[in-house]
Amino acid sequence: MTDIVQSVGEFATDSPADRRGWYQSEEFRQLLRRRYASEDRFRILGIAAIVLAAVILLVLLASIVAKGYPAFVQTEVRLDVTFEESVIDPSGSRDERALSGANYQRLIRSALQDIFPDATGRRVRRQLTDLVSIGAAFQLRDMVMSDPSLIGQTRELWVLASDDIDQFLKGNIACGTEHAARLGGQPCTVPENERRVNDRQVGWVDQLIVEERIRRSFNTVLFSAGDSREPELAGILGGVVGSLYTLLVCLLMAVPVGVAAAVYLEEFAPRNRWTGLIEVNINNLAAVPSIVFGLLGLSVLLNFFGLPRSAPLVGGIVLALMTLPTVIIASRAALKAVPPSIRDAALGVGASPYQVVSHHVLPLAAPGILTGTIIGMAQALGETAPLMMVGMIAFIVDIPAGFTDSATVLPVQIYMWSDSPERAFTERTSAAIMVLLGFLIAMNAVAIYLRKRFERRW
Amino acid sequence: MFIRTIAFTIGLVAAALGAVAAGTATAQSRDDIRIVGSSTVFPFATTVAETFGRTTEFPTPVIESTGSGGGLKLFCSGVGPQHPDITNASRRIKVSEFDRCNENGVSGIVEVKIGYDGIVLANSRAASEANYTRAQIWQALAKTVVVNGELVENPYTKWSDIDPSLPQKAIEVLGPPPTSGTRDAFVELVMEEGCEAFDVVNALPKSERGQVCGQIREDGAYIEAGENDNLIVQKLVANSDAYGVFGFSFLDQNSDKIQGAQIEGVSPEFDAIADGSYPVSRPLFFYVKKTHVGVIPGMRSYLAEFTSERAWGPEGYLSDKGLIPLPNELRAAERSKVLNLVVLQREDLL
Repeated sequence: MTDIVQSVGEFATDSPADRRGWYQSEEFRQLLRRRYASEDRFRILGIAAIVLAAVILLVLLASIVAKGYPAFVQTEVRLDVTFEESVIDPSGSRDERALSGANYQRLIRSALQDIFPDATGRRVRRQLTDLVSIGAAFQLRDMVMSDPSLIGQTRELWVLASDDIDQFLKGNIACGTEHAARLGGQPCTVPENERRVNDRQVGWVDQLIVEERIRRSFNTVLFSAGDSREPELAGILGGVVGSLYTLLVCLLMAVPVGVAAAVYLEEFAPRNRWTGLIEVNINNLAAVPSIVFGLLGLSVLLNFFGLPRSAPLVGGIVLALMTLPTVIIASRAALKAVPPSIRDAALGVGASPYQVVSHHVLPLAAPGILTGTIIGMAQALGETAPLMMVGMIAFIVDIPAGFTDSATVLPVQIYMWSDSPERAFTERTSAAIMVLLGFLIAMNAVAIYLRKRFERRW
Repeated sequence: MFIRTIAFTIGLVAAALGAVAAGTATAQSRDDIRIVGSSTVFPFATTVAETFGRTTEFPTPVIESTGSGGGLKLFCSGVGPQHPDITNASRRIKVSEFDRCNENGVSGIVEVKIGYDGIVLANSRAASEANYTRAQIWQALAKTVVVNGELVENPYTKWSDIDPSLPQKAIEVLGPPPTSGTRDAFVELVMEEGCEAFDVVNALPKSERGQVCGQIREDGAYIEAGENDNLIVQKLVANSDAYGVFGFSFLDQNSDKIQGAQIEGVSPEFDAIADGSYPVSRPLFFYVKKTHVGVIPGMRSYLAEFTSERAWGPEGYLSDKGLIPLPNELRAAERSKVLNLVVLQREDLL
């Protein structure tokens, strides 16, 4: 570009005719072409960068969705269960203790035995019960507990299949036969003793399919249960509720403190060496690795204050420390964007500095503060490292009911499932990632909406 | 108006701080069992905990996977509800840890041996099945090895360089990082045993010998693959030349994709590990604070559940998860020891 300016400059003093000649010369046209070409190159580079980023994102999302979507359906088996009194309540007392401690697994076993009467021998029967999840027995127990009059009756029930059968029918475990292939099983190449589902079990599954005793339904367990060692019984509710409690604590700690700090620094504090120092520190704090906040939580909150381990209260405080710089920086930017004329006008009609801030500046800056807060919260939602130190990376089955109950959070649940040996956890890991991404997208969408809705331009 | 919402939120913060105080109060008494420790025992302990939670009136125990060393550190930090009740370990407690426990007032420790875990060297089913001796594995993975009677920096790049009968493939082993208990056990059971085959190493003074035997090469042939064993399995499937080191339960769950290499001619199979003929297996333990039994509700029931036949027996649900059960007599002995809360003595560890 500079060479054009220079060349034009050289001719600037010449007569118009000379100049016209220059503009039509080959040399000028080449210069022009080079100039356009470099601009095109720059644009192509930019587009290429965006396309690359989009492709990577797409591949990532596609692989997660492709792996995860089968987890939203679950295989079920239809059984005709007889609630025999001799098994559930031999004394006939209908005592709650007796009902809850009864051996419901035996009912499942005999129901399966009725379908496959030729399965005899201890080993074979064991393989037969392995078709059905151990959760089926708990399902029966809950039914009897809520309605003891079931005892003595026979009911047709859909119970969960075991994770191996579920994975087999989804084609994730090698080997399938004609019938299983219709439902997605793979053809057999692996010798029988090296697979999780043996030929006999494949035969049973075939028969179940022929008798229409197998169906797939929406996986409600995934959304209504806490963690479990059995993939078919594992759900994300514990993680979601834990995340909710943790984020609530985080919000209540980070927002008032962050906004107050931002307002003071932006509106009231004198500009001197001290405020400069504080400013530098806040900016530095935003770049501190999150694990450091976890260590702080461990040594101060757990060891010094003696707060309970694994509690959302502690996790929330740690995450609040982590998001505080984000909130302060975003709030300060929002306050700075309010034009000084608003302050001058308010002061001019006699408002006190406090009134200026509370009646005018803060309400006008609120959308920006809110956006920053939501983005900070979204960041906190995806965090695991600091929570490890305060004991929130743990196997917790019960859904937390308060701020001091043991809890885990959604990203931790994902991490723990990804590390579990059972094959069925692979798809559940991806499904949980999809749910987490859903939450993050929703939060960011809310932030964008608020910005669009309330933002004011001056 | 806006300022009022701010005042309101500040009030809520005060309430939250109140909850902090309440939290401190709840820390004084606790109604769930807290368990920490080994990531190898984690799948078994969580299975027992879940069954325990479902079948008793007690809440489900909370289990953290901290590694054996980290677990014992937390366990030994003191007595009281803010400290864990039980720690799982994929190795026995060390005398130094036992002393540390005593110093902090944790005096009555009950030791429970729960079963065995095999450590396997596995590769993709697409590759041929291999058979190695521990000496060969040591030669493949040690930082310094013996060549022509001298200790030199490991020169081997292919398995066939070690022994011409071995496959002509690059040495590429994915394994756990030094923080892992599986790595400790691998070093102890494979590397330290394997190097004993060499007289030059045996002639070294004891301190130096440990260094030579246990140090794993850092030139890229051994790849630290992190604690995520599922990731190792995926990498093995993608690269049929590579081997992975992990616990038996991962081989058991993925036996349609990967196969375990024979060690000294024995395949890593359930029965071979149980009867001790597969050489690379280790006992698994958990440790209980006796003083917490009776204070934290449900401790006795949890111990009874873990040591019941339906859990840790040969047909129990833990064997489905890959735990190799103890022999019958030993199981009975351990169970009676646990239920009577027989305390571990310092002499037992020496």
